[in-house]
Amino acid sequence: MKFTWFHLMPWPHMPDDFRQKHRSVWVDLPNKMYQPELGHIAYHQYLDQLEYAEKVGFDGIGVNEHHANAYGLMPSPNIMAATLTRRTSKAALVVLGNSIALYNPPLRVAEEMAMLDVLSGGRLIAGFPVGTSMDTNYAYGTVPALTRERYAEAHELIRKAWAADEPFAFNGRYTKLRYVNCWPKPIQNPPPVFIPGGGSVETYDFCLDNTYSYSYLSYSGYLRAKLLMEGYWKRVAERKADESPYRAGFAQVICVADTDAEAERLYAPHVSYFYNRCLHVYPGFADAPGYRTIKTIQTGALSQFAPGSGRDYPNMSWKDLTEGRYIVAGSPETVRQQMEELIKTLRAGNVFCLLHIGNMPDDKVRHSTKLFAEKVMPHLRNLWPDWKNHDDRFWCHPMHEPVPTRIAAE
Amino acid sequence: MLTLKNPPTRIEVVQAGKGRDLLFLHGAGGHMPNDPLLAALATKYRVSAPLLPGYGRSEGEDGLRDMLDVTLHALDVMEKLKLRKPIVVGHSMGGMIAAEMAAIAHTEIEKLCLLAPAGLWLDAHPIVDIFAKLPYELPALLFHDAEAGKKLLTAGGGDMADIEFLKQFLVMNARRLGMAGKLLFPIPDRGLAGRLYRITAKTLIVWGREDVLIPPVYGDAFKKAVSKSKLVKIAKAGHAVGQEKPAAVLKAIQDFF
Repeated sequence: MKFTWFHLMPWPHMPDDFRQKHRSVWVDLPNKMYQPELGHIAYHQYLDQLEYAEKVGFDGIGVNEHHANAYGLMPSPNIMAATLTRRTSKAALVVLGNSIALYNPPLRVAEEMAMLDVLSGGRLIAGFPVGTSMDTNYAYGTVPALTRERYAEAHELIRKAWAADEPFAFNGRYTKLRYVNCWPKPIQNPPPVFIPGGGSVETYDFCLDNTYSYSYLSYSGYLRAKLLMEGYWKRVAERKADESPYRAGFAQVICVADTDAEAERLYAPHVSYFYNRCLHVYPGFADAPGYRTIKTIQTGALSQFAPGSGRDYPNMSWKDLTEGRYIVAGSPETVRQQMEELIKTLRAGNVFCLLHIGNMPDDKVRHSTKLFAEKVMPHLRNLWPDWKNHDDRFWCHPMHEPVPTRIAAE
Repeated sequence: MLTLKNPPTRIEVVQAGKGRDLLFLHGAGGHMPNDPLLAALATKYRVSAPLLPGYGRSEGEDGLRDMLDVTLHALDVMEKLKLRKPIVVGHSMGGMIAAEMAAIAHTEIEKLCLLAPAGLWLDAHPIVDIFAKLPYELPALLFHDAEAGKKLLTAGGGDMADIEFLKQFLVMNARRLGMAGKLLFPIPDRGLAGRLYRITAKTLIVWGREDVLIPPVYGDAFKKAVSKSKLVKIAKAGHAVGQEKPAAVLKAIQDFF
């Protein structure tokens, strides 16, 4: 198993009446709510937490990209990952990822990711999301129905730029470059790639064609993810690919305390903050027409619109969220049992652990993180004995003897 | 159904009425059920109303990516329909397309009617973002009389709680507005302002006085930019001016051409 400690970096100062006062945490939330001096403190606390996660033994530390929102404050995950290259030395840097349809030219992604891979000594795991509709269409103005074509072309350019040893011309529909010449080049060529997906068959095939790991990032827990991941594994079987669990990843909100009751006492307010404020997205921004393919609407994605499937977060109690397994929370033993069930149910070799939640203060983040690392993670390490806890294709390959960062700094 | 080879498209065309040829290009919402404007126009003209790929049974939207693609496609459709010097009428997005056609092919289009066309952007009067609106918000945006408009929009409609109907609705909505987004998202401006000077057609511009989607001040801007044009503002009408006041719009067209 590979455990990545993932940070969303939310704005932790949204007021109690946020839902009443604002229609959306994304796109049109006035940025007068953002206070730069408090932002300075939050950023550094968040980066410290990622560094702490490496110290207590997580395999990877993760960041991602979002725009115009209080849900996640990393318009540039590469800047965050760059700071982490200097103060970590072992953990994979999981940049999940760059919304490649948004970069002009997308060669920028090839360059910056190469910089990160070189800086970190080959610890980069790259992610190429399409991006949420809020980010990609509403905040960054990409035409919804052309987003996927743009994405595919950007992907082609990035992979070619990494692979080429000589300058070449790229005559794309959206990007035309007479001289593609990626300096620097990544140490790992290419770095392993994770693709966040939401249930479309096209994305399953894209992952299988390119030997990328499929990551399902959802906040509704593994019981509801089961159907989607079964679809993925069915496709893996149809394509006659091997069933390495490292072909799949899942994000999970996790809270660990000494007892189940203590978990509720410590973490319930922050979980509530996350589900009720961080996820408060205006429906008009959730899904621009044309953003999803017709095939996807006809198959999987529709379930979320069906009567009765509506996630009524404002009215969900701690009991609802834990019993429904939206979150995995409780004593180390409770969390261990549920995580084992999650990992086996979804056949997920990668877990993106969300241990900072909403407006959780630093001491609680570290408490929960430490308990997970010491009392949960060791018991989950060997759930895939056939794969010896590793699949070379889906994890980074650091340089054999990385230069100690302190010496490098001198 | 019309079939065009380049790019490959199959086009559904609603045809009705007798008289002089009139080509009608619909807005981002497509034709309304039992569209009152088409019905009114067909009492006096031979109406041909092709549906853009993504709308109705028309297909081939993947090959149409930008304004030029769509403009040339519309000119190809007009040619394929063998229309003789038609009055080219376009509503909203269709008005934007019609204006582009008349600017690019100004020797071919002599009579132009723009009903609350999109295509311009005035910083002082931003146009509402229809792509961030929910279905229930549309009647008030499109009609002066929102209640009556709602009835027009949902005539023959189904039950949103029915999963099959909902699936069809979502697919239809994604196809239509996905296509419209190529011309209108995120800002409905593809440079038309710089080309309006080329229009030599006799041009009638019609606006609903109560249009809250593209406010009537845009009518003045079009009037100013198109040389041989007349602007008619119709009272108690919103953005769907033709559907809300079909008789008044028909009369304006008859009076002008």
